[in-house]
Amino acid sequence: MKRILLAMALVALLAGCGSAVKLDDVAVEDKSGTPITGQGSGAAGNAPGNSGQVANSAIAPVDLSKSGSAAANPSGARIVYFDYDSFVIKPEFQDVIEAQARFIKADKNRKISIEGHTDDRGGREYNLALGQKRSEAVRRALGLLGVPDGQLEAVSFGKEKPAVQGNDEAAMAQNRRAEISYR
Amino acid sequence: MTYSLIHRTKKFLHLLLGACLLVTMLPALAQFRVEVSGVGMTQLPIAVAAFRGDDSAPQKMGAIVQADLERSGQFRGLDASGPVMDELSRPELSLWRQKGADSLVTGSVTRLADGRYDVRFRLWDVARGQDLGGQSYAVVAGDLRQSAHHIADFVYEKLTGEKGVFSTRIAYVTKVAQRFNLWVADSDGENAQSALTSPEPIISPAWSPNGAQLAYVSFESRKPVVYAHDVATGKRRLLANFRGSNSAPAWSPDGRSLAVTLSLAGGSQLYVIDTAGSGAPRRLAQSANIDTEPAYAPDGRSIYFVSDRGGSPQIYRMAASGGNPERVTFTGGYNISPALSPDGRWLAYISRVNGAFKLHVMELASGTTNAITDTGADESPSFAPNSKLIVYATQTQGRETLMTTTVDGKIKARLAGQGGDIREPDWGPFQK
Repeated sequence: MKRILLAMALVALLAGCGSAVKLDDVAVEDKSGTPITGQGSGAAGNAPGNSGQVANSAIAPVDLSKSGSAAANPSGARIVYFDYDSFVIKPEFQDVIEAQARFIKADKNRKISIEGHTDDRGGREYNLALGQKRSEAVRRALGLLGVPDGQLEAVSFGKEKPAVQGNDEAAMAQNRRAEISYR
Repeated sequence: MTYSLIHRTKKFLHLLLGACLLVTMLPALAQFRVEVSGVGMTQLPIAVAAFRGDDSAPQKMGAIVQADLERSGQFRGLDASGPVMDELSRPELSLWRQKGADSLVTGSVTRLADGRYDVRFRLWDVARGQDLGGQSYAVVAGDLRQSAHHIADFVYEKLTGEKGVFSTRIAYVTKVAQRFNLWVADSDGENAQSALTSPEPIISPAWSPNGAQLAYVSFESRKPVVYAHDVATGKRRLLANFRGSNSAPAWSPDGRSLAVTLSLAGGSQLYVIDTAGSGAPRRLAQSANIDTEPAYAPDGRSIYFVSDRGGSPQIYRMAASGGNPERVTFTGGYNISPALSPDGRWLAYISRVNGAFKLHVMELASGTTNAITDTGADESPSFAPNSKLIVYATQTQGRETLMTTTVDGKIKARLAGQGGDIREPDWGPFQK
């Protein structure tokens, strides 16, 4: 419950961040310029200039650095690794799935996020979809062990959050994974 | 002296030389970082004289105008050094004809009493000896580059008959250490201003058709969620935050709908939502496979997207209201990230060829397709609003960078930008 309250507070904080930044009185102006008439005469047209001192192209920045949340996870293995281009949970990870299923079922209030990840080959959005297939494979496996679907959310990070850097096979194998994360 | 010592001394000297060069080159680099490569078939030779006052102004107007024109692939910049000229000068046109110039730009930048700058220029047709006109702008220092881009647009339109895109904006994302930043920059990648900073990834920025908002995917809540972000005010609102993953936002040309990939029913599937934020998402297609990366055709009537329904990711097209998709790409086993040119003529996408990811351009009417880069990690193509240039992300020397290219691939330029990895470009619309 406390965690939910904290999360709500964070959301509120975030919403606050979003609306707090506002430039006052940004002058609206025509930037199309004024033709200069009379060649070489020096009589240039009067440009409808920017009367304020704020650049028209100004962007209001938003910083989310202080709004991160750290989830508290139980000890024990929570990661399932996958073969290249595969979404099949290998037999050696069945123990991980079963242990997590027991833990989740023990408390109906536990909310679990299953985060799918890929190696860094290929497009960002397509990898996001591939990671989703991995997280949903784990979600289905937990479901088969009786975990209520309402406690589970399958999401994907695609290739955006590699576990390790590097593009050799060893690194990529560690990045093709689904992480079970407690919210 | 042993070999290794000689080697080390040499290395040290190189370093020293490099450091000196770097220091002396820095001011120039800050102003002029366009690295154009390749040769176009017909390029108009143009001389852009340094503006009178460039030395004391915060921006070198002449250099920005010239770099813009060169990046377009349509112009070849000539050496314009010589006596100082401005928009009032009557240049010796025969002299410029001898130098090979077809056109000449002269101008001035002057600080006004209220702190703003008065920018003026004139374009000369050297060959015909004609004054093609000029303009003046009074702007704050922060808008000087914008004025230079407007001048380049004026010149481009006068001489090519097409609208220039230099005063448009590009959004992109940088990753430095574990910090992600969404930037809005000039079309040359310079003058970047941060719209969003986050410790979590940001991907797939997409400009709204009116250029006021960016939709993007942010992972700030430990899952992909789609936001709309008003860049002038920093106001953000949730567009898609459904159960599962929310990604790949694409605005309809009228700005009223957003095509988006949701996994709320299991699997990545295409939906349309109302950008005003009312109503439930409407499912566009049903497949047991991946459907993602929607992109509206410029007439708004069809949607291109990526699906692996045929066994490998390929680009398909279907009516914007949904329905039976038809396959568009047939060559290669991995074709993703479709982008349509605003004139409806071209489809840019990324295709994997022998393990390398390469930008391809297809002429939709004929189906003729060309790979137009010599890099191997190309991503995220996006057309300029005049359909003449494509911006894309790639890797050079182990670094993620942004490039622009002409549609035929002949002229490429590396865009300036912040340090670190630069990615996920999206070219904004014409500015009103």
